[in-house]
Amino acid sequence: MTEGTHSPLSKRARETPPSGIRRFFELAEEMDDIVSLGVGEPDFSAPWAARSAAIDSLERGRTSYTANRGRKDLRERIAEHVTRYDLSYEPDEEILVTAGASEAVDLAMRALVDPGDTVAVPQPSYISYGPTVTFAGGEALPVQTRAENDFVLTYEDLERAGAADADTLVLCYPNNPTGAVMTREELTEVAEFAREHDLVVLSDEIYAALRYEDEHVSIATLPGMRERTVVFNGFSKAYAMTGMRLGYALGPAEIIDAMNRIHQYTMLSAPTTAQFAAIEALESCDDAVEEMRQEFDRRRKFVISRFNELGMDCFEAKGAFYVFPKCPPGWEDDEAFAEALIREKRVALVPGRVFGEGGNGHLRVSYASGMSELKEALNRIESFVESN
Amino acid sequence: MEAKRELLDLLLSDARQSTDDIARQLGVDAATVEALVDELESEGAIRGYQAVVDWDSVGEEHVRAEVELNVELDRETGYEEIARRIAKFPEVSSLRLISGSYDFAVDVEGESMHDVSNFVSEQIAPIPEVTQTVTHFVMTTYKERGVYFGDGDDDDRLSISP
Repeated sequence: MTEGTHSPLSKRARETPPSGIRRFFELAEEMDDIVSLGVGEPDFSAPWAARSAAIDSLERGRTSYTANRGRKDLRERIAEHVTRYDLSYEPDEEILVTAGASEAVDLAMRALVDPGDTVAVPQPSYISYGPTVTFAGGEALPVQTRAENDFVLTYEDLERAGAADADTLVLCYPNNPTGAVMTREELTEVAEFAREHDLVVLSDEIYAALRYEDEHVSIATLPGMRERTVVFNGFSKAYAMTGMRLGYALGPAEIIDAMNRIHQYTMLSAPTTAQFAAIEALESCDDAVEEMRQEFDRRRKFVISRFNELGMDCFEAKGAFYVFPKCPPGWEDDEAFAEALIREKRVALVPGRVFGEGGNGHLRVSYASGMSELKEALNRIESFVESN
Repeated sequence: MEAKRELLDLLLSDARQSTDDIARQLGVDAATVEALVDELESEGAIRGYQAVVDWDSVGEEHVRAEVELNVELDRETGYEEIARRIAKFPEVSSLRLISGSYDFAVDVEGESMHDVSNFVSEQIAPIPEVTQTVTHFVMTTYKERGVYFGDGDDDDRLSISP
């Protein structure tokens, strides 16, 4: 648009920058022989039983809308499933099935955020939280977590960032991009802060099934938190069903009801075929998830130990399928490192700053790739580090 | 999972990976991996390490047959003894006692169909306890020891995603 011409775009659309991974994606796309450690989804396919249930539903012609909140039998199974995290939600009132957990996050923002409201967003974190706050008319307040705490969110982090004045707090553990997890004790501090300052907590627990050293704890299970927390989860990461677009939100009836109203007007209902796959996934795919988890765990140990051997400090990430090593000595700028690496060695990874300021100097490395690719990538990184 | 059991899985998926790489995946040191491998070998859990070969790509004649064997036992001769006699032939690459309508499943390998059928008729069939042989020549191998010989599925994921 030239100066003075009126843009047809809304202020929000104009002011939302394209995601920082875009440039790297374009670089990677124009190169051959890329080994990518930049992929944010599993390299497995959905368990066969789930795929087969989807096919079967299509053969039976089950292609209509479902109830706005999602099929009742699916909501009942979700209610049953989350009891493994000590979560208890009423299928008719407190569970909403959405088109991916991403839709659930967006709905929650729109249901909770008024213009001028502040949403505290810990960083580094998944790239969508800030923009969904903006689209809902609110202000995102970045809260930097720190490398010396292995990127766990602390009471002090919240205080320092001024989150006491916020209305809502986003929480994302196990974390994308750092792989960090939070223990019950660590969550207790955050819960205390949320209660003291009357914050609603939006807890994105999409990676809950991918924990390697201990069990996942949801902040909603801590005293006084259930009534102020919305939990997001879904089928993308645990069941390798990213493309099926199916997630869900759990929360107090009042909030879920408001989210459902927005969902009703914008999405109507989550994809029907995916709902059939999800029912089967919950019913019979625990073993498949466990196999994937074990495979991820081996890769996790492999990449962490390789990065540390290369002098790229890498804390022991205990969840999701990411590790977050530091750039090697002599490299301050993660973006410059990532760009030189992809140009010279054809290894794609994502600079940490894409996920917020706190990620500066770090790199997001996904180990959702086969062992032979991981070995090749690490060998290339080794030769890059040695020659630079 | 116990480290020794997990080591077995890693070797099953790729026995040629380096001790260092195995150690990294198990979260133990290389010396521990060596010790566990020694244990697995001396206990007889690991009996050998072999390449999975697609003979179609080697460019030489290689014929394989699956042979069904029926045997008749008598007071002096049991399955063990018959098996010992058959297993000693280098042409026999695997030998299993199985349930169902015949007794032994024997994999026989040779350089030509003639070789293989000769071997069966001259070495196996004459064994007194053997009452019947049925030879099935392998026409195409699609998968061997868990390794699929076709083209792998393309990874159609975006090279970078959030």
